[in-house]
Order: sequence, then C-alpha cells, then structure tokens
Amino acid sequence: MKVRAQIGMVLNLDKCIGCHTCSVTCKNVWTSRAGVEYAWFNNVETKPGVGYPRNWEDQKQWNGGWTRSSNGKIKPKMGGKFRLLSKIFANPDLPEIDDYYEPFTFDYAHLQTSGESKDVPTARAHSVLTGERMEKPVWGPNWEEILGGEFEKRSQDYNFKDIEKEMYGEFENTFMMYLPRLCEHCLNPACVAACPSGAIYKREEDGIVLIDQDKCRGWRMCVSGCPYKKIYFNWQSGKSEKCTFCYPRIENGEPTVCSETCVGRIRYLGVMLYDADRIEEAASVADEKNLYEAQIDIFLDPSDPEVIAAAKRDGVPDSWLAAAKKSPVYKMAMDWKVAFPLHPEYRTLPMVWYIPPLSPIQSRWEDGQLETDGVIPDVGKLRIPVKYLANMLTAGKEQPVTHALERMLAMRAYMRSKHVEGAPDETILDHVGLDKPTVEDMYQIMAIANYEDRYVIPTNHREYAGKTPFDNEIAFASRSECGFSFGDGCSGGEVKKSLFGTPTHKNSLNGQIRRQK
Amino acid sequence: MTIYLNEFLFGIYPYIAVLVMILGCILRYDQNPYSWKADSSQLLRSKGMRWGSNLFHIGIILLFFGHLVGLLTPEALYHFVMSAAVKQKMAMIAGGIFGAMCFVGLTMLLWRRITDPRIRATSKFADILILVVLYLQLILGLATIPASAQHSDGSSMIALANWAQHIVTFRGGAADFVMEEALIFKTHIFLGLTIFLIFPFTRLVHMFSAPVKYILRPGYQIVRKRG
Repeated sequence: MKVRAQIGMVLNLDKCIGCHTCSVTCKNVWTSRAGVEYAWFNNVETKPGVGYPRNWEDQKQWNGGWTRSSNGKIKPKMGGKFRLLSKIFANPDLPEIDDYYEPFTFDYAHLQTSGESKDVPTARAHSVLTGERMEKPVWGPNWEEILGGEFEKRSQDYNFKDIEKEMYGEFENTFMMYLPRLCEHCLNPACVAACPSGAIYKREEDGIVLIDQDKCRGWRMCVSGCPYKKIYFNWQSGKSEKCTFCYPRIENGEPTVCSETCVGRIRYLGVMLYDADRIEEAASVADEKNLYEAQIDIFLDPSDPEVIAAAKRDGVPDSWLAAAKKSPVYKMAMDWKVAFPLHPEYRTLPMVWYIPPLSPIQSRWEDGQLETDGVIPDVGKLRIPVKYLANMLTAGKEQPVTHALERMLAMRAYMRSKHVEGAPDETILDHVGLDKPTVEDMYQIMAIANYEDRYVIPTNHREYAGKTPFDNEIAFASRSECGFSFGDGCSGGEVKKSLFGTPTHKNSLNGQIRRQK
Repeated sequence: MTIYLNEFLFGIYPYIAVLVMILGCILRYDQNPYSWKADSSQLLRSKGMRWGSNLFHIGIILLFFGHLVGLLTPEALYHFVMSAAVKQKMAMIAGGIFGAMCFVGLTMLLWRRITDPRIRATSKFADILILVVLYLQLILGLATIPASAQHSDGSSMIALANWAQHIVTFRGGAADFVMEEALIFKTHIFLGLTIFLIFPFTRLVHMFSAPVKYILRPGYQIVRKRG
C-alpha cells in the first residue's frame, strides 16, 4: 500500500443553475490572454448537447483516454509510445480551433469613431485570429445554451448511447441539465502519459496535474490524449495550458476560483486518500462498467488505523489526515455513494466527481400522476433518463445512479416530513439504507452547504519546499518571488518580444479588434 | 578578392555560423525557455498538414542524415564497401527521392503559410523566413543532382566531403577544396551554413528537443515528488 492524498472535487449537479459564474471568474483569472481566448479551463455545458469542443465525449473520433489491450494492459488510445510519436508531425487526433469555436470580438471602437451617418453604427464581429469581419459567427461558447439549436444536432450527444432518443426531441418529453467541466486531475492521467517532453506531471502532495511551461515543447499530444479535452493549445505561445486547480490558492487552504465563486454552492473540495500502488490495477479492469467500483475500491478510509499508519509512513502530513476525516468529497463519494466520476470508461480515474441531478418529479408525484415505488417515486420515471446519467457517470451501469437518486429523493422526503409535516418519517430512510444522523449530515452538507462544510482544505506544508522536513531554507529563499508564473522569469503567460520571437497578436479581450495591415 | 572571399565564406564563415548557433541556442534555452517550442499551427488549420508536414519532416530528416553520413564518412572507410562513383550515384538517387518528398511537403507548407489567412496572421517573420530559406536550399540541393551527374567519378563529392571533414576536424585549408567547384555547390553550402546561423532565432530549435527520451520513460506516468 502506498498512500497518497489528493484534493478532490464534487459538483452537485442537482443544484447547478447554469449561471456560468465559475467559467467567467476562471477566465478572468486564467485565460484572459492572447492565444487562449477560445480556451475555458472551466466551462458549463447544457446537456444533451455535443459540448465543447464538439463531440468531445466520443473517443471513437478523438482517441483520448486509455484503451485496454487483449493482454489486460492499458495504453493510451492514441497508441503506444512509438505509435504516438509517429503522429508528431501531423496529429490526426487533434481538434481544430473550429471544433471549439473561432474566437471573435466586436468592433466596439466603431461605435465611437464612425462619425455622422444616416444609420446607427453597429459593432460587427471580427475574428480574433485574422481580424477579418465575420458576417455571422457559426459557433461559439455555449452555442447550445439551454437547449439552443435543433434537437437533431444536440442529439448527437454521446450519452444517448443505447437510448431511443427520438421522444426526447418532443416538447413534452424534453429534458436538460447543466454540466460544469474542468480538468479532472485524474489518478491515471492520459495527458501525462501522452506528453513526449515529460512536461506534464502529477504532484504527489495534492494530486494536481500541471504543465511545466518551460519544458513544454508544444508537441500537442496531450490535447489529444486527454479524453475530456481539457488541455488547450495556446496558439500564440505554442504551448499547452490547462486548469491548474488554482494551486496557489489550494496551497493556502483556499478553494479554487470556480468553487469560491459558485453561486449555487454546488462545489465541494476535500482530501481523498488512495492507494497509489493499485492505480494501474483499477484502471485496467476488464469490464468498463466496473471502473466506477474499481476506483472506489482504491480510495482509503481515513479513519482506518492501518491506513493512518501507512499514510504517516508515506509522508502524508497529520493536518491532511485530519482533513481527510472531515472531507465532504469522501462523504459523498464513499459514505453516501451519491457522487460519481465523469466517464469512468476513459480509464483515467478522474477526481472531479458529480452528484446526478434530480429532475421534475416531486410536483408530478404530488399531483398523483407518478407511480411511487413504496414511499419514494420510481426514479425510472424521472424526466432525465437514468440511462442518460449512467452513460455519463458510470459507463452505463444504472444501479449506482438509481441508488444515489433514490437517496436524494429520500433525503428530501424525510426532511419534508420533518420540517413541513413536523413528523419525521424514518420509514423512508430504511428504504434506501440511511439512518437519521446520516441523513441529517447529508442535508447539512448537500442542502445547507455551509462554506466550512464545502471546503475542507488543509494548507500545504512549508517543509515540502525543502529536501527534509522542517528545511526552511528554500522556503525563506523563495520569499518575495513571484507566487505564480509561467516560467520565463515571472511571466504571466504572455509572449514577450525578444530576440527569439515577437508576438503576432495583442490581447483581444479588451475588445480591441486586430487591424489588418 | 575571389581567394579572400572563398577563404572567408568556406574557411571562416562555417565557424561563425556554428558558433552563433551554439551560443544562440544556449542563450535561448537558458534565458527564454518559454520560447523554446515546435510552434505547431495545426490547431488553427489542419488541412494539408497530414501530407505536407509528414512529407516535409520525413524528407528533411533523411536528407539531413544523408548529408551527415555522406559528407563526414572518410573516403578510406567507405572504400571497403563501395567506390566513390557508386557512392555518388547512391547519394544522387537517395537525395533525389528524399528531396522530392521534402519538396512536395515544403511546397504545401509554404503555400499554406502564405495563403491561409489564419496561418499568415499568426506567422512571425522568422516563421516565413525559415520556410523560404529551406525552400531555396532544397531547390538548390535538387539542382546539384544534374551538376553532379557531370562528374560521375565522384570527384566533386570527394572535394566537398574533404571540405566538410577539414572543417569539423579544425584542419586548415578547407576552403581550398571547394575553390574550383561549381557555383551551385558553393551557393548550396553557403545557404546551408546560413541556416546554422539563423537556427537559434527560428523555430528550428525544436529539433534539439526531439522527444527520444519518451521511448525510454519507464511506464507512462510522471509524479513529482514532494520537496
């Protein structure tokens, strides 16, 4: 057993209101630079839809993630090392920027400088890349927002696998949900595996996956390797960039920007302990429907004395072990089994998990229109098909998702009986294997969701900076240096003019369009 | 004047060019590692990349190693296997095939870079310059094939190899070997040396980062240890 700790995330989709605050605050902090205008380290998709970039979930098209060979070993779906290197001159698995969208801005200056004219001046769209006027943007961020566009196109959604989807195009049967997405900071990251330069690494102390910008050579294999398409190629710097899990904040015990600013309070951050020796085993199980259970299986119980002893031996600090015991992520994923990994079938063992959303049911139930399964309604009658959620969260296995939805319904029903009817009905709980203290705790954390309950983040340890514990020398030497940088001195990720190249584009996010020469 | 110029261009300039390359690369790697990259533009337009980039890269790598081996193998060594005439014929055929591959690829890439509005807009001066220089160099190189055919005994090839071997082993009088050679060879050499000179200021530096180490990485994952 080799114990490692990671800060995991859970997103409670049942409470996501699709406001995009996470995406916007993330963009303001991380990708408001030339070359990454099109990149959203965090984005919110309306499902069903093809997503961003288009059809990202379908690895038949993109060859992301891992594949299991007949000998039981896994290798990147792009190919083993030689096959992967053979793609280096022209990568057939690389999306084009139009698969995301061609970045554009509007000629706002024209509104002020157009002079006197008969018609009201308008701010036309211009491509950020070429500066040319775009008559009509044909795709952009959140193009499918709240079921925008025809069902025929949106129904290309990969999660409709094995579902008769036609009826969901009808107004009466339509459904939707939001899916906020960021880097999964996987236990078995395919981007790391695909990087020929060795520039991408997973940090042992907190599991955050980062790209060393000074080591990245721009071979762009990670973009293809990542099945979530959460690595973005900066076309101005020629290097790949990704979500950093706001590590400068995490190190200080603060939540990521997307979590901190979440209006719906849907995000949770907490320590997960896992057995690093069993990663490969878990990622290699034969039936992809068992990958969710396999991943759960390598998570370690922070209250188990054996685990605690092993964790101490492997250098996990006491403060992290204490935080692990209070981890909301552990509670939701392990104790209550209401959170699931996104697309476990990619075999990357992702660490950003999701609580499936309930869909309109309570009101119809009360109307007596819905059959009930004893005391709680039959989740098979939910507006969002369980199969659809299962395709997204458990490689198509419906039972765990059904179980989670039933528990959430039971929690609602129980709390309703307690608060509204004043007579807590514990028979509801027996039905889903919960007891009173557990459901009270679930309610506290999932529904009330106080700040301290959502984010249990131990600070990083200063002694990590040195070779030995309590080696403060390095920590003091780095005092007053740039806290975060892209390498290259204290670069914030802008290409600067030098003997070795000049930027071709200015930052367009101030609304300046590129003037053609 | 001709002797003076010949001595400068083929006796001194090679050292200047290589020195600039080495120092320039060290400076760039040390001072500006953020600029050290392959600078792929495939994200912005993948059309034409599959054929263009593959043909260009494979062609030029084979041409590079062909030149390396062809110029730097001592005469005495390859005579165990073949005569100079045979070697020259081999060089002409191999160079012709790889050169043609590279020519097709480079034509596609240059066309793409100049005519595609996205690629044009995101091209730095050095990106276009290096493609044009490589294109000219490739055309000159292909044009040496008929010139070589006029010396089927391999005498020109031997002279050029002697020049190269004297340069890399720091022996004097290297320039004398090429003094009497055809202008096309001299121009090809001069432009070749110029590529070394501009090397650190272009995207060519990515060839030093060819990810051979990837093959040797144990397993796939990289975990950065604490501390």
